[in-house]
Order: sequence, then structure tokens, then C-alpha cells
Amino acid sequence: MNGRRLAAIVKKEFIQIKRDKASLGIIIMMPLLMMFLFGYAVTTNVDHISVAVLDQDKSAASRELIDNFRESTYFDFNYYVYSQKEISNLIDSGRVKGGFVIPANYSRDLKRSGSPQVQFVVDGSDPTVARTAMNTATILAQRQSMDIRVRHLEQRGVSLDSVPGIDFRPQVWFNPELDSIKFNIPGLIGLVLQNITVLLTAFALVRERERGTMEQLIVTPIKPRELIIGKLIPYVVIAFIDVIIVLSIGVYWFNVPVKGSMLSLMLQSLVFLLVALGLGILISTVARTQLQAMQMTVLLILPSVILSGFIFPREAMPLPIQLLGNLIPLTYFLEILRGVILKGVGLEYLWKDVVILFVIGTATLTVASLRFKKNLD
Amino acid sequence: MDTVLEISGLTKRFGDFTAVDGVSFSINRGEVFGFLGSNGSGKTTTVRMLCGILTPTGGEGNVLGYDIYSQTENIRQAIGYMSQRFSLYEELTVVENMDFYAGTYSVSAREADARKKELIALVGLEGKEKQFAGTMSGGQKQRLALACALLHQPPLLFLDEPTAGVDPLSRRNFWKILHQLAAQGVTVFVTTHYMDEADQCHRLGFMHQGRLIGLGPPSKLKNDLGVDTMEDVFIAFAERGEEAVRER
Ligand SMILES: Nc1ncnc2c1ncn2[C@@H]1O[C@H](COP(=O)(O)OP(=O)(O)O)[C@@H](O)[C@H]1O
Ligand SMILES: [Mg+2]
Repeated sequence: MNGRRLAAIVKKEFIQIKRDKASLGIIIMMPLLMMFLFGYAVTTNVDHISVAVLDQDKSAASRELIDNFRESTYFDFNYYVYSQKEISNLIDSGRVKGGFVIPANYSRDLKRSGSPQVQFVVDGSDPTVARTAMNTATILAQRQSMDIRVRHLEQRGVSLDSVPGIDFRPQVWFNPELDSIKFNIPGLIGLVLQNITVLLTAFALVRERERGTMEQLIVTPIKPRELIIGKLIPYVVIAFIDVIIVLSIGVYWFNVPVKGSMLSLMLQSLVFLLVALGLGILISTVARTQLQAMQMTVLLILPSVILSGFIFPREAMPLPIQLLGNLIPLTYFLEILRGVILKGVGLEYLWKDVVILFVIGTATLTVASLRFKKNLD
Repeated sequence: MDTVLEISGLTKRFGDFTAVDGVSFSINRGEVFGFLGSNGSGKTTTVRMLCGILTPTGGEGNVLGYDIYSQTENIRQAIGYMSQRFSLYEELTVVENMDFYAGTYSVSAREADARKKELIALVGLEGKEKQFAGTMSGGQKQRLALACALLHQPPLLFLDEPTAGVDPLSRRNFWKILHQLAAQGVTVFVTTHYMDEADQCHRLGFMHQGRLIGLGPPSKLKNDLGVDTMEDVFIAFAERGEEAVRER
């Protein structure tokens, strides 16, 4: 390793990045774009579900039921209709996801200690929305029913304390509001880091070949590892700048604080960078043009988005798919990111993921360097 | 006279195709050696083997005393090379390009500063130091590439079609510089297919379909063939080459 040669490459690479609009765009715009796109679009939180209601009773009791549903903020009563037919039309046209039918005998039955039927129909074509709507509606209705019974008993002089029951107190750790953005932000950091690093490294090397400067480089005394390391140093620096950008957006815009140690997070990210840089070089040894490099990167990103558990929980996948996910480096980095950011845990829990990433990283970098021969044979 | 380069039976095959077929010659210090031949005759492939970027399939050779199989690192440090599609970093300025190549040859910063001034003057790019390489004319780019190849003061310079696509005036200036270098003792190995340039070389080698079919000073080649111009020499050799191929 020769310091003068290494420094020359690093300096040249920085100047090129600084003057290349496309690279700058990827470095600055890509993390911003991905953070905001995914931050807002990929949310599994469902609320303000648009519904219609057919209130055939129009009594104080039926209004109380509707108000309770509305106040939960899970349902928006956008349509008050006069027939079942209207509800099905609204569902067909997609203007509502469901409809409530309160029968004409609702308040009368309640007064007579009966159990009037309240109907709720849901559009099941989006299962996530349908499931949330069903579950929330069921819980809300049960609570309403309970309140009515308690009131009834108290009117008769029976105290609630004399009736047995369970006092159930569920507690959610780490993400008490069950906010899906909290789960997405750490994953996004991993995805952004992977995309930018792989793409830029592949570009940096392919560009030399595409423009014919590679042949000139090959005749200089530069050694392959000097060329690779010299080209990687600037991208490691840039990747860290991007980590900081993405983390700041996560912390200050989406209010997802980092619970664990920042230093530990950075060091563990460095291990993942090894992998990403190796993949970038590997792509550059196969791709002949920047376009090819771009396509290969996309091909690589797609399975990693799906298999790593970035969007879909790995626990819900069939075993063979889960095992496939074990081959994706991002899977391990996501464990690390979620562990440090959401749970605040350190190496004592994450060392396995770090070790696996280190092994994969060293292997890809070694294979990539071996493939990256410094001649034209 | 000392030889700076010597090859014998040098051969390169790409699969079944023989691009360079048993080529032998040697070059002396301070010579301007012209390597001629039509497109695809194997000039670039030969130069690449001499520079240590292609491994020969057969034959022997040494460049500046270094073996072309085992001592390619030494060869790379010692020679200057300007590739066929001489390529600079277009988004870097004249000086930044030179700084980069000075670095890749481990020329110390102080020495590089002195060399840069000297070379910018030699190739006539004074006042253009801060210009981006991408915005220069073909002739200027070519002279900048030459300057980049000379930063580490190589005793032997390989130029692969350095004047392709450059205007006649720039070509003449470029050759003036080459002769200045030769006068300073730099050996120049240059491939070309311009016949007026061939006339300016001390010695020529003619390639045809991978074989060396003629070798000698321009005047001697003309005498031997009984023709007056380099054009005729070229045509005579090309015809002779075709015959040789038919007999093969
Ligand atoms: N890497 C390669 N693989 C296969 N064929 C090649 C390769 N490089 C050159 N050739 C072939 O070898 C022949 C000689 O090429 P080259 O040395 O570039 O000729 P010249 O420089 O005289 O125009 C050509 O027919 C070319 O197609
Ligand atoms: Mg050529």
C-alpha cells in the first residue's frame, strides 16, 4: 500500500463526486425522497376509515352509539343513508369501506333489556383495512354494550364491584402507540444506506471502464487494492453523511429517537457498509455500463426489500422464504437498527448479527477484489 | 547503442483468433519508432503486451530490462503510456489531471510542481491550467494526455494512435514535441496510420494481420521497394502481406 497513490485516488474521486450532478443527486435527494416516500406511504396504521350509516332508529341511544364510534377516530361517518342499497352502492364505488345498519327497534329493545342486532359490513378487498375495521368495530361495540349493561345494573342498585370479572392490562413495550413509522424508520435507514452505497460504488468503477480511463489507470503502478480502497474511502464518508441525514429526519421529523448508543450504531453500520461496498464492486466487475450497473442494483434491492422484513414481518412468511431472507445481509442490519434505535440494546444482544455481517462483508469484499483484476485479459 | 526494448516471437491469441503472430524486433535508446498497419493488424495488442496490461500467449520480451511476464509492475512504474482512446478525467482541470497522474506514479509533490510547469510549457498549455479537460479541443486534450504520461520522467514512451482525430496543425505541433523529447534521450514508440508521420520516424515496423512484414528506416524501406513515397511503401507492404496470407 502506497500512501501517495492512495491519496491521489481519494482526492480525485472526491473532486469527481463534487462535480457530478448525478452523484450529488443520489447522495442528497435519494435519502430525502426515500425517507418521505416510505415514511408516509408505507404505513400500516389504519384510521379514519370512511363508513356509511343507515340509522333506522334515529334515537338518542343510536346517536350515542355513532358518536362513540366517531370519537375513536377510527371511523369517519361520511354518509348517512336511507337504505341498504345505498350502502352497497357506496361500497361498490369505493367511497366507503364499510357500513353500519342500526335497526328501527334499537332503543326500544334496549329498554326492554333485549339485545338489538347492529349490523356492520366491510369491504374485504383490502385485508389490512378490513381487519382493522372489524376488530376495532367489535371492540367498540362490546364496550358500548358493556356500558349499557353496567348502567342498567346500577339503575337496579347492583354495584359493579360485586360482579366478578377480569381486570386485563395489556402493555406494549418499545413502541407503545404501535406506530408503524417507528418500525419503518430504522428499516429505511438500512435500505437507504444499502442503495446509495451499492449504486455509487458500482458507478464509480464502471464509469472508469465506460469512459476508457480504466485502461490508463491499469498501466499506472496503482495496485488493485489501492484503487479499490481509494475509491471506497470517499463513499464510506458519504454513506456516513447519509446515515446522519436519515437519522436526523427520523429523530426530528418523524419523532423516532435513538434509544441506544449512537457510537455503537455507527460502528455496526460500518460493518454493514463492508457488505454494501463489496456488492457494489462485485456489480462493477460484471456490469459494462452504468445502465447495467443500475439495473443490477435494482435487481438486488427488490428481493432485499421484501425478504429482509423491511415491510412485511418475517415471522409471517413461510419457512422457505424466511430461510431465503437469512441470505440477505439487510436482514441482519435491520435487526441491529431496530434493536439499537427502538429497544436501546447493545452488542450483548446483537453480536450474532454483527458477526454474520462481518463474515458476509469480508467474503464479498474478497471475492470482489479477486474478480477485479488489473489487466485486460 | 543500448536497446530499451526487445521482443522475439511475441504472440497473442484471443480464443482461436491470433491477433499478434510471432513478432520480433528491438528498439534503441532515443529512437522514434513508428508502428504501422491498417486497423485490426495487431498494433494495440502488441503495445498492451509491452506495457504489461495483456499477458502474451507466447514468445519472449523485455522492456527496459524487465521481463514482460513477471515484472509488469516494474514496467508500469518505468514507462509512459497514452492509450488509443486517450482518456482524461473531463470534469477535472488541467492541473488536477496532472496532479492525479503525478500521484499515481508517486512523484513527490515538490518534484511534481516543477515538472508540471515544465510540461505545461512543453505542450503549450500555459494559461489553461484551470480549464476543465472536457472543454478543451482535441489537440489540447491530446497534449495534456502526453504531459500526464511524462510527469514521472519515463525513459520510454508508448503512444497508441495519439493523433487520431486531431487536426493537421495540432498533429504537426505534437510531432515537434515528440522530436524534442527524442533529442532529450526519451525513446518513443508510436503507432499511427498517417504516412506523413511515418516519414518522421527513425525506424518503422509494418504490421499486417498480426505479423510484422517490414522493419527499417523509412528511406531504406523506400529504396528496397523502389518507390518514392511512404504511401507506396504502405501499399506495397499491404499487397505483399495479402500474398503471404494467401500462401499460409
Ligand atoms: N480482447 C480482445 N478479444 C478478442 N479479440 C480482440 C481483443 N482485442 C483485440 N482483438 C482483435 O485483435 C485484432 C487486433 O486488434 P488491435 O491490436 O486493436 O489492432 P490495431 O490496433 O492494429 O487496430 C482485431 O481483429 C481485434 O478485433
Ligand atoms: Mg489500435
